[in-house]
Amino acid sequence: MSKKPDKISWQLSPAPESTEHITINKRYGLFIGGEFVQPLTKKYFNTINPATEQVLSEIALAGERDVDAAVKAARKAYTTVWSKMPASERARYIYRIARLLQERAREFAVIETMDGGKSIRESRDIDVPLAAAHFFYHAGWADKLAYAFPQKKASPLGVVGQIIPWNFPLLMAAWKIAPALAAGNTIVLKPAETTSLTALKLAELMRDAGLPDGVVNIITGAGDTGKYLVAHPDVNKIAFTGSTDVGKLIQRSIAGTQKKLTLELGGKAANIIFEDAAIDQAVEGIVNGIYFNQGHVCCAGSRLFVQESIAVEVERRLKHRMESLVLGDPLDKNTDIGAINSKGQLETIRKYIDIGKKEGLEMFQTNCPVPAKGYWCRPTLFTGVAQSSIIAQEEIFGPVLAVQTFRTVDEVIDKANNTPFGLSAGVWTDKGSKIFNLTSRLKAGVVWANTYNKFDPTSPFGGYKESGFGREGGVHGLQAYVNLT
Amino acid sequence: MASKKTTSKTTLPLAVNKTYKIYIGGAFPRTESGRYTEVRDARGGFIANVCLSSRKDFRNAVVAARAAQEGWQDRSAYNRSQTVYRVAEMLQQRESLFIDEMLTMGYARTKAKREFDASVDLIVHYAGWCDKYIQIYSSVNPVASSHFNFSVPEATGVVASIAAQDAALRGIIQACVPAICGGNTVVMLASEKYPLCAVTFAEVLATSDLPGGVVNILTGNRAELQSHFASHMDVNALIAWDVNIGDEIAICRKAADNVKRTYFYESGNKSLQPVDYIMNLQEIKTTWHPIEIIKGSGSGY
Amino acid sequence: MLSSHYSKPIDQTGVEERCARFATRSIKNQTKIEGLKMALNMIDLTTLEGKDTPGKVKQMCYKAIHLHDSYPGLPTVAAVCVYPSMVAIAKEALKGSAVKVASVATAFPSGQSTHEIKIADTRYAVESGADEIDMVISRGRYHSGDYQYVYDEIAAIKEACGNARLKVILETGELGTLDDVARASRIAIAAGADFIKTSTGKIKPAATMPVTLVMLEVIRDHYFATGKMVGMKPAGGISTSKLALHYLIMVKETLGEAWLSNTWFRFGASSLANDVLKQLVKQQTGVYQSGNYFAID
Repeated sequence: MSKKPDKISWQLSPAPESTEHITINKRYGLFIGGEFVQPLTKKYFNTINPATEQVLSEIALAGERDVDAAVKAARKAYTTVWSKMPASERARYIYRIARLLQERAREFAVIETMDGGKSIRESRDIDVPLAAAHFFYHAGWADKLAYAFPQKKASPLGVVGQIIPWNFPLLMAAWKIAPALAAGNTIVLKPAETTSLTALKLAELMRDAGLPDGVVNIITGAGDTGKYLVAHPDVNKIAFTGSTDVGKLIQRSIAGTQKKLTLELGGKAANIIFEDAAIDQAVEGIVNGIYFNQGHVCCAGSRLFVQESIAVEVERRLKHRMESLVLGDPLDKNTDIGAINSKGQLETIRKYIDIGKKEGLEMFQTNCPVPAKGYWCRPTLFTGVAQSSIIAQEEIFGPVLAVQTFRTVDEVIDKANNTPFGLSAGVWTDKGSKIFNLTSRLKAGVVWANTYNKFDPTSPFGGYKESGFGREGGVHGLQAYVNLT
Repeated sequence: MASKKTTSKTTLPLAVNKTYKIYIGGAFPRTESGRYTEVRDARGGFIANVCLSSRKDFRNAVVAARAAQEGWQDRSAYNRSQTVYRVAEMLQQRESLFIDEMLTMGYARTKAKREFDASVDLIVHYAGWCDKYIQIYSSVNPVASSHFNFSVPEATGVVASIAAQDAALRGIIQACVPAICGGNTVVMLASEKYPLCAVTFAEVLATSDLPGGVVNILTGNRAELQSHFASHMDVNALIAWDVNIGDEIAICRKAADNVKRTYFYESGNKSLQPVDYIMNLQEIKTTWHPIEIIKGSGSGY
Repeated sequence: MLSSHYSKPIDQTGVEERCARFATRSIKNQTKIEGLKMALNMIDLTTLEGKDTPGKVKQMCYKAIHLHDSYPGLPTVAAVCVYPSMVAIAKEALKGSAVKVASVATAFPSGQSTHEIKIADTRYAVESGADEIDMVISRGRYHSGDYQYVYDEIAAIKEACGNARLKVILETGELGTLDDVARASRIAIAAGADFIKTSTGKIKPAATMPVTLVMLEVIRDHYFATGKMVGMKPAGGISTSKLALHYLIMVKETLGEAWLSNTWFRFGASSLANDVLKQLVKQQTGVYQSGNYFAID
């Protein structure tokens, strides 16, 4: 809202977070058996800062034999050390990891931001503290599993293979590693190829924590490395977070094996605003829902449903709010929207924006300046969208919101559920009984009522339908890492 | 009722034999394919023709199950519990009918009696779970922000079920009752070996206050139908008993097309408790809501 | 019934989350210096005590014009705020400066008096030379649901103000919920308030970021609906530069830069000015400052 009379221009000066106190090695090997080793492939790939396109480090490419070595190390650690250790000892290791991560929080936040492009505000205030909280919460479960599964005996699965995505590199590693360790398993974890650094720093940290060799192994690489891990015969469980397409491939490929599987896949969540909602908080929820982490969030509220009677009001407030979002240097403490994680992802997002334009939808993008180098996408919204529009159906995984209007409760529930996905949903209304109607009828694993994109280690997370199966977090998440007899 | 030796000399009046049909959406249609298979007794005597269901029958059953799912899930747990208990009542009343049928299909009398009693037991046990598993498997989660957060199990949706081959009655009960206790609806393929009890059990269901479409029962050929069970995109979960490894791989590969939840059980597996069969067909749903704390939030407001 | 009597629901947790987000803005270098000067220029330097005397008021007025003379180019504060009995003295002391005189009125701080007395109180202040009137709403009437009375009273005081600008104090610490803050704000704006103001300073909590945000959003809604601007004055409890800068960020991001002047935004405060001065000198010298070098009046 700019008015002429006073010609004040009070702009935020740059406030970059310092990178002086962090070290990134020129090259990282594979973390196998408690030490960094050269890959047998002898191959490395670059990891870059997507905000500057500068190379940060060289990362080892794990081949089939490297994966085998990692699984063997994990098996050895499982049979000789980890499965024999009293549960309370396991807990102490995990608590240690949590504490060390808190101590080194700033360093991890800076590296996460440099490697992945997310804003330092988010990596500092959300990713890293939540990662530490996940270790802290799960540590305490190690010696209390009997309470989690009444009438059952819980035992570890053995070696678990974990494959994580690039949108929350450290946080996803923590989501996967913490419950698996608490339940007594050993681990081979593969981070995404564009964001390996914080997982490798976490490896250093776990070594500092004195975690026995081989209990956690980190192998780096792209899709093929993941395939070798999934296919390895001595892996007892696969936990995967990533795209629905890859999730299906994994589900197919382990058919007939005894491997347990949990999948946390894509989403196209409905965020529903009723006319009796707290509008300003709802607008904030819309912004957090879709522009958090550049929209690289599987549970992003990418389909906005606004009751038609307040559509104009909400749209005006939303656009006004969007204009205050700062896009740019992810290391700047005032940045709200960081860099798109990779060139490939930016192309995908642009493809969908073009589709939206071709579909004749009305597009709005904010006025914020965009840096010359790096991968960027302004906060974007399309209005006048129909359920049959492609941008309302497919997961874009970027800061692109599709706005639809609705008239009645039944209509919006039908539309919200009218998708193969079912990870999350948002509901905004001041009326309690309406909230419970929606929360019970929406087919989604996480329903945020009058809030959005909240996460907590005690709160189970995971989807319905093609958004995957199994839960992570909370007492329900433990089940994914134990045998019950 | 299974016909009594239709080939032997007749005593007057001539017995009126039952036509064994399939059970879809609360009705008893014949298979649309018009195909049948004969059921014969141990000595090769003709007992009955049963439907050889087709993929279209399966499709129709899924449509019925989907249509019934939300309404069934929305019923109160108490009501679901009473309905399942009613199934036990209706079954108990037909004791001699089922035992006769099992005898016809080759069961020894004591085994048939044991099978029947265990079946009633199982249903009564499950009836009691309907309004309890939610309490036991729910949680209130102490999140570190000003939000109330709770997780509850909720039905997965439509379940395709392939019943055990060897337990004439318990097999089909295990293959559908836990699913419906949890608010799912089911399309079940009966044992090829003992299909008659399945159809008669459908008659029990049809008289038990269970809404049409909640359980749908097909008879037919497992090898022919299982790939359709696995591939149907409107089926959320697949459960199957006594599947060989080759079939399991084939099923899983197709099931992945829509990320179906798949569970393969062995008959006689003692490590699973009845409630596990309910919980395998549940999703955990977590809900967040802010808490307004006037005094405790630190900012004065 | 006035439509302003109804208000949209407010979710407190969401408001607090938004406020926490303003507080993460990092204000450095030139932004900080400009922000601090802006804050100084928005202050209503206030003394509202039973023991106020002409001497005290004159000293405060001197300070209002001479904030820290060793620092060249500093602005003055926006206004001084006093009781009606001190208006004439303040007016005289500030003669020739741009600093305005604001007076509380309407049986400040409780507002528990008759309509006639409140009108007379207001007229007395205006006739004594007040440029601005800071009235209190009748919270008792508000809580008994008599919104029409609250509205009518504000409208009558507005009339009694003549050319003086009217600030309407909601005393949010007595309203109970953010929903009430929003409703009272709507009533005040509908009745003709030029400014809405959080608090008298006599009740805790006084101004908070969540309360101020809700009021700013009502102002924004009014602007969206009518194109008319209304001013905002958080008062009480804002005593540090850092907090003041976060308020300014909140104004900028909620209303826009058009509100970033003392025509549309004020801080009601007594000790804020010296903290801002300290920070300005620190920015200038690079050395952390002591209170001993900043005059208290």
